[in-house]
Amino acid sequence: MTFEEILEKPPYSLCKEEKEKLLTSRLTELTKLHREKCPEYRRILDAIGFDATDVRTYTQLPFLPVSMFKEHDLRSVPKEEVVKTMTSSGTTGQAVSKIYLDKATSTNQQKAMVKIVSEFTGSGRMPMIVIDCPGVIKNRAMFSARGAGILGFSIFGAKKIYALNDEMQLDVEALKEFLEKYKGQRILLFGFTFMIWQHFYKELLRLREDGIRFDLSNGILIHGGGWKKLTSEAVGRDEFHKRLEDVCGLKQIHDYYGMVEQTGCIYMECECGHLHASVFSDVIIRRGLDFSVAGIGETGIVQVVSTIPESYPGHSLLTEDEGVILGEDDCPCGRKGKYFKINGRLKNAEIRGCSDTYASKF
Amino acid sequence: MTNLEKYNNAFIETFEIKEDMLPDLKYQDIDAWDSVGHMGLIAALEDAFDIMMDTDDIIDFSSYQKGKEILAKDDYGVEF
Repeated sequence: MTFEEILEKPPYSLCKEEKEKLLTSRLTELTKLHREKCPEYRRILDAIGFDATDVRTYTQLPFLPVSMFKEHDLRSVPKEEVVKTMTSSGTTGQAVSKIYLDKATSTNQQKAMVKIVSEFTGSGRMPMIVIDCPGVIKNRAMFSARGAGILGFSIFGAKKIYALNDEMQLDVEALKEFLEKYKGQRILLFGFTFMIWQHFYKELLRLREDGIRFDLSNGILIHGGGWKKLTSEAVGRDEFHKRLEDVCGLKQIHDYYGMVEQTGCIYMECECGHLHASVFSDVIIRRGLDFSVAGIGETGIVQVVSTIPESYPGHSLLTEDEGVILGEDDCPCGRKGKYFKINGRLKNAEIRGCSDTYASKF
Repeated sequence: MTNLEKYNNAFIETFEIKEDMLPDLKYQDIDAWDSVGHMGLIAALEDAFDIMMDTDDIIDFSSYQKGKEILAKDDYGVEF
């Protein structure tokens, strides 16, 4: 099964049985492809004695720990075909992952992401406010996770501004002018959770005391990157939503979960506050004790699978996050597939996440 | 300025390249036309022709020639 065939399916349209069949077929093929094309991956599979003929369902396929991409250069295409190298957001002193993309994988990431996000925003493009500084995408040879997130979402922006300058200060005048110009239109806002809180929300709060108020009631905010720092300030999801609505009227807010190792396959938060897996990828929760598959409602380690990666063997990865499946095919929002919650990083794991690595400086 | 001149200028100014490179130019052929440059090119074209492109067309815009086909569609109606 090619990725193009999967891409034709609406992102939240398949029930458990249909999705399992699709994932098992595509992920078995990807495992075979990478075993042929990536010598390091082949050695790992040989070492664990993996035999593809025993596989009945995709949860039986092997998974690599994400840390593998820090310690090794894993590629399934010749170096000359790599058009983009993505790096994870490790804090200073931490090793970073390197993810090698060729033309096809890079394009498919963007296509999948457009399909997923359009289910929440509609397919039209909107004026867009990036709540970050323009400096983030300056180094074009090496994309940080933060840059990749901004760039990936930029396709939805018809006209775009960065709300912060390179000193991470809110550009009040530019924001005022932009909102005046696109008054009455729907506006897309994108940024990382902690930066939104620290440099946008807190600044809007301060400005309100000076009598300056922005109206973003027409806005839709998409944010990601982790909650760690906000949790330590005792700000949870509900509080985050309430305070943003108070300060600027913003009502439509969606968190997302995703990682640079599987760019494109993001997990968007629905109107009910649940993260959803699309047909392009899935989440499996594993028990820490023996790595067996945990049931619904049972907390464990998050494994992610993606149908996209052809240029690097990252289609099945064990993350360093802890999470829990809340249900499958029966979310009140109507979307099919698993829906889940991320509790945060496993204990003793490195700090990651665009928002969290930035926040560790505060 | 003719539509072709406007189209060419968007490439020349965004990527800082010479006109003679255009006919065979494809996405990712030169450093400047990477994914960041791509969004810059799209913005330049949208300004030049006062249009808003669909996300699918932005992704399919894989070469100088392909871009002409896309802009010539009824959705945008740019005649070359």
